Amino acid sequence: MKPLIVEIEKLTKIYESKLRVVAVDGIDLELQQGEIFGLLGPNGAGKTTTISIATTRTLPTSGTVRIAGVDVVRHPAQARRHIGVVPQFNTLDRSLTVFENLYFHCRYFGMSHRSARARSLELLDQFLLTERKSMYPAQLSGGLAQRVQIARAIAHRPTVLFLDEPSAGLDPQSRMAMWGAVQGLRKEGITVLLTTHYLEEADALADRLAIIDYGRVLALGSAESLKKAFGAETIYDLKLRTQEGLEPLIDRLTSRSDVTSAESTADGLRVMTPGSDSLLQYVVQVTGPLGLRDLAITEPSLEGVFIHLTGRDLRE
Amino acid sequence: MNSQKTGVRDQGAEISGPRFEGTPSAYVKPFLGLLLRDARVLMREIAPFLLRVGMQPLLFLFVFTFILPRMASGNPLASGAGMDFGTIILPGLMAVAIMFSGIAAVALPLSSEFGITREIDDRVMCPLPLWAVALEKVCFSAVQSIIAALCVIPMAYYIPAHPVVAHVSNWFLLALVLILSSLLAGSLGLVIGSTVSPKHIGLVFSIIVVPITFLGCVYYPWAQLDKIRWLQVGVLVNPIVYMSEGLRAAVTPGIAHMPLWAIVIALLFFTAVLGRLGLRGFKGRVLS
Repeated sequence: MKPLIVEIEKLTKIYESKLRVVAVDGIDLELQQGEIFGLLGPNGAGKTTTISIATTRTLPTSGTVRIAGVDVVRHPAQARRHIGVVPQFNTLDRSLTVFENLYFHCRYFGMSHRSARARSLELLDQFLLTERKSMYPAQLSGGLAQRVQIARAIAHRPTVLFLDEPSAGLDPQSRMAMWGAVQGLRKEGITVLLTTHYLEEADALADRLAIIDYGRVLALGSAESLKKAFGAETIYDLKLRTQEGLEPLIDRLTSRSDVTSAESTADGLRVMTPGSDSLLQYVVQVTGPLGLRDLAITEPSLEGVFIHLTGRDLRE
Repeated sequence: MNSQKTGVRDQGAEISGPRFEGTPSAYVKPFLGLLLRDARVLMREIAPFLLRVGMQPLLFLFVFTFILPRMASGNPLASGAGMDFGTIILPGLMAVAIMFSGIAAVALPLSSEFGITREIDDRVMCPLPLWAVALEKVCFSAVQSIIAALCVIPMAYYIPAHPVVAHVSNWFLLALVLILSSLLAGSLGLVIGSTVSPKHIGLVFSIIVVPITFLGCVYYPWAQLDKIRWLQVGVLVNPIVYMSEGLRAAVTPGIAHMPLWAIVIALLFFTAVLGRLGLRGFKGRVLS
């Protein structure tokens, strides 16, 4: 078995203020060397808090996080040598050029002038930023700034890279470029932990992922295994004009052998099925009297897994 | 993407190289890196820096020691600011320069870097304990404060209508007071920068900086406050008083000043208290 790079044990974070908020509620995770791991969950699920704790920026209420064997609460300065962070927002040093952002980052990690310079030039080349090396962060587009942030985060050759919502605010093209950059890191053997609320992103990038909500891990595994275990169902989402008479209808539906579950939603009905040709026609027929006005079908997907586990849509 | 190959090879060299984690010597290089970054930014802004540092003492000396003394005799301001006024305010202006630099070099950038851009993030994520990152800010601001204070001396030599009587007999004392005062100013800047939001930073100048300057024995020696006893006692809580008096003792020893021991103890005390408060504020802003 490959060495464990990130070990998160019984992690909790409770914000005690007027309103008691349990942001992280007993998370256990282990990341092996070289894997790309996705934390998937809706906004407010506890992803960013988990990353903040792991990157020494937030103190946990209880539990431990070890990075390359170093406890992040007891030895934060030492742990930071192993950590690269791409934060959710652009935190590039506005007073420095793109080159200097990389160069001084290397110096903060103790490199000499020569190796910092060489490493910065190498990264500019690798991330296709050489032409922009004299620009200031304020002059960069969101996608370019994100690329500089990734280059900066790996400049000191960390063991693990944390990417917090890396595609937030990026246009589709920049997102693809960013995915390419992250996949490129695989060759360098860097372990990656990324958070996202984009299912496509988790599906495209992550070797394994954890679905979290309300500060807990709901499911853990590869996208494929999660789909097999939880999401092998087609989902019919129906919007109805009236909810009257819905209850007996739900009973009738659930008694069918080809229906896994049927439940009412805010504006209609959700039916899950392992797949059946005749069911769709039947559902349309019986919901007709209730004023069927829209029908969405979701094929087996990570989204299905997500809805199955959390009972809500990512965008809700 | 040939570069990736070399990247991998270098990685082994770098990570398996000497590890001095946890030992103080491991902190030296990152600390120097932070200093270098600040020096780079300062050098890029050297002209605004010099203007900022020079403008206030320049105008002050010009108005109070050049214009007013040349006005007709009988002008109460001119007689109040008599022959020795230049000598009295030279150390005071140095103290003000030190304090302004401390605030401009720490409080203003920190306040905005902690603000919406969180630019400070990359520096607090370097392999240093947070106190060392804060200490670097204070040390670099101290260097700027010392430069600012030294800039006042040539101005005080050339501008006043009547010559300023300055005489440094104890260089060690001057160095000690300059360094302690500059660290104190940086610590004050740290307190302000880590507790005041960018929105309110302008207000700090009116409600903190201006009062402590005017009541900081900058324009009059502390000894002469004996006629207003309550004020003489009251200003003792103001750290600028000890900066002015310390520089008075070092630069213009001919003018009555506080006992040296009291000055040094007070400077150390205020630096320690403000440094502690500043560090607590800094940690509070970085960690949640």
